[in-house]
Amino acid sequence: MNWSDLLSLTAGELIAPTTAAYALAAIGLNIHFGFTGLLNMGQAGFMLVGAYGFAATAQAGQGFPLSALVGVGCSVVFALILGIPTLKLRGDYLAIVTISAAEIVRLIGRSSVLSDITNGAAGIPASRFNKDFLGLSVLPDGRTALGPFAYANNVGDGWWTRIVAWAAVLLAVLLVWRLMSSPWGRVLKGIREDEDAVRSLGKSVYGYKMQALVLGGAMAGFAGVLFVMPASVQPDAMGRSMTFFIWTILLLGGAATLWGPVIGSMIFFVALMFIKTVMRDVLPSVLRPEQLEPLAGILVGITLMLLVIFRPQGIFGDKKELMLDVR
Amino acid sequence: MSAELSSPAPLAKTAAQALAGVAPEPGVAKPDPIIVADDVVRRFGGMTAVDVRHLEVQRGAITALIGPNGAGKTTLFNLLTGFDKPNSGTWEFDGRRLNGVSAGRVARAGMVRTFQLTKALSRLTVLQNMQLGATKQPGEGFFTSLVKPLWAAREREITAQAEELLIRFKLDAKSEDFAGSLSGGQRKLLEMARALMAKPELVMLDEPMAGVNPALTQSLLGHIQTVRDEGTTVLFVEHDMQMVRRIADWVVVMAEGKIVAEGPPSAVMENPAVVDAYLGAHHDTDLGDESVMAEGVLEQLEAEEATE
Ligand SMILES: Nc1ncnc2c1ncn2[C@@H]1O[C@H](COP(=O)(O)OP(=O)(O)OP(=O)(O)O)[C@@H](O)[C@H]1O
Ligand SMILES: [Mg+2]
Repeated sequence: MNWSDLLSLTAGELIAPTTAAYALAAIGLNIHFGFTGLLNMGQAGFMLVGAYGFAATAQAGQGFPLSALVGVGCSVVFALILGIPTLKLRGDYLAIVTISAAEIVRLIGRSSVLSDITNGAAGIPASRFNKDFLGLSVLPDGRTALGPFAYANNVGDGWWTRIVAWAAVLLAVLLVWRLMSSPWGRVLKGIREDEDAVRSLGKSVYGYKMQALVLGGAMAGFAGVLFVMPASVQPDAMGRSMTFFIWTILLLGGAATLWGPVIGSMIFFVALMFIKTVMRDVLPSVLRPEQLEPLAGILVGITLMLLVIFRPQGIFGDKKELMLDVR
Repeated sequence: MSAELSSPAPLAKTAAQALAGVAPEPGVAKPDPIIVADDVVRRFGGMTAVDVRHLEVQRGAITALIGPNGAGKTTLFNLLTGFDKPNSGTWEFDGRRLNGVSAGRVARAGMVRTFQLTKALSRLTVLQNMQLGATKQPGEGFFTSLVKPLWAAREREITAQAEELLIRFKLDAKSEDFAGSLSGGQRKLLEMARALMAKPELVMLDEPMAGVNPALTQSLLGHIQTVRDEGTTVLFVEHDMQMVRRIADWVVVMAEGKIVAEGPPSAVMENPAVVDAYLGAHHDTDLGDESVMAEGVLEQLEAEEATE
């Protein structure tokens, strides 16, 4: 096995745009689930809606800022449509509605119904929508190498995308920190613990839940924009398994923590790449290459189960909090 | 503690005085009602849980709502505070129609309740629980929350108010602990203190004394009187007749959803309809009597009933 290859491959995952996109989506899910207690089982749907909104606008020749705004706006509308009928009901209803709505978006995306915009199952290649984004780059053309990280500056999977993606993640962390240490965040946490108690204190619970759903959904929308930037808008790459990866990341890092989603995403993708690379090296006699991907997926599932059973508070979570008798 | 109980403030007298001339009969009009409810009916399937013709609650007084288990007291609380919808009925709070108004708005109108099954916000600290009870915190708005100077001053006021209340309720040592780590009785105290953070016009307490140790009950009674003396109307549900007798200015008795009696504590407990509601047909007993609620007596009464 070539150790330096292994090292640079896995280290690359640390700062990959995908890792950042997942981290941002997990930060959004953290606002939903970690702080407000909303069970959103369709975070990938919010990302896909955002990505479509962005790609469609950019393809039509609009600049990056407007296109990204439209993408995020689409996710906000998606959140409102899902939230209005369900947030008055018990929590499980939101879970059911989000998981099915995400599937509906994906299925419509890959069908031929809107293929003018979505290009069906083939998806929209990034070259059709990332030109303006790359044109905004402040970096000179060429390649830059920093230790194990060597990428072209101004390509979809290059430095510029990484810089913007991680800046967005940091901004989101800062925003969550500000919000959650404010009285607004206190109301959200109160709702997570007991809606009726918060209602009895005169807060309009429905309004707060809606704000949380919209904010977390908007973050997922922008995460969708970042996610598609290096490659393409591929509906099948943004389905249920993406949602479950985001959940795994959140629980791995620790729900209701500030840095949990970010560190969770880094650990998740480094570990996944490590496992895949090692398996590809060690198991080719046993497994064909196309069998490796599902096996990695199975390992993620097992990790998620073990995590929930043995360390439900995640890496950053406070064990003491979970030991509480939540009555 | 005893000082608090033995020297009622001037307001206590006025509350009792105001009610002195009121006839002790169900649905009677009060001189200065804060709540006026009419024909409130709530059915669960075929069962009528609440059927209140007319009820008025006197402003500035402590009114006790008593009645056997399943009488409909909690259901009436839920209806009045917007946590449940009636099949029919109207009510006013402070001259404002409140039927059909959501629970959050009812609380904002100045009518704050606690729950029989305590709702402590477990993974918030005791202090945060208290802070959440406060009103007029601009930082609870999304955009204002982003700019700390806009809400920091109010937050300091709220925190000071919370700490004062926590001292009163003997929870100050716990203020940084998670509410989920409190005992059952402490949760009751926290919930009551939290309700008072909003400085409500009317506070509705559903069995505030249940599970609180007797020594603390004494001081809790004192607190309830202080709350009244500071101008808040109190409506509370309680099963312990000694407590009711000690602090209530007025007692409303419910049985099977209806209001069967009203009056000052001593009169109500001798009322045959009330004794009936609690014990069956034993008219010669006074519920406020020290011994009547003791288990032995109840068993005796039940035995007598069985043989009849
Ligand atoms: N959600 C509900 N569904 C069906 N029946 C209900 C419901 N809530 C209350 N009831 C019924 O309504 C009646 C009144 O209940 P309620 O809780 O108001 O009694 P209560 O006077 O508060 O009694 P307690 O002193 O035991 O707390 C009971 O017979 C109860 O079974
Ligand atoms: Mg009750």
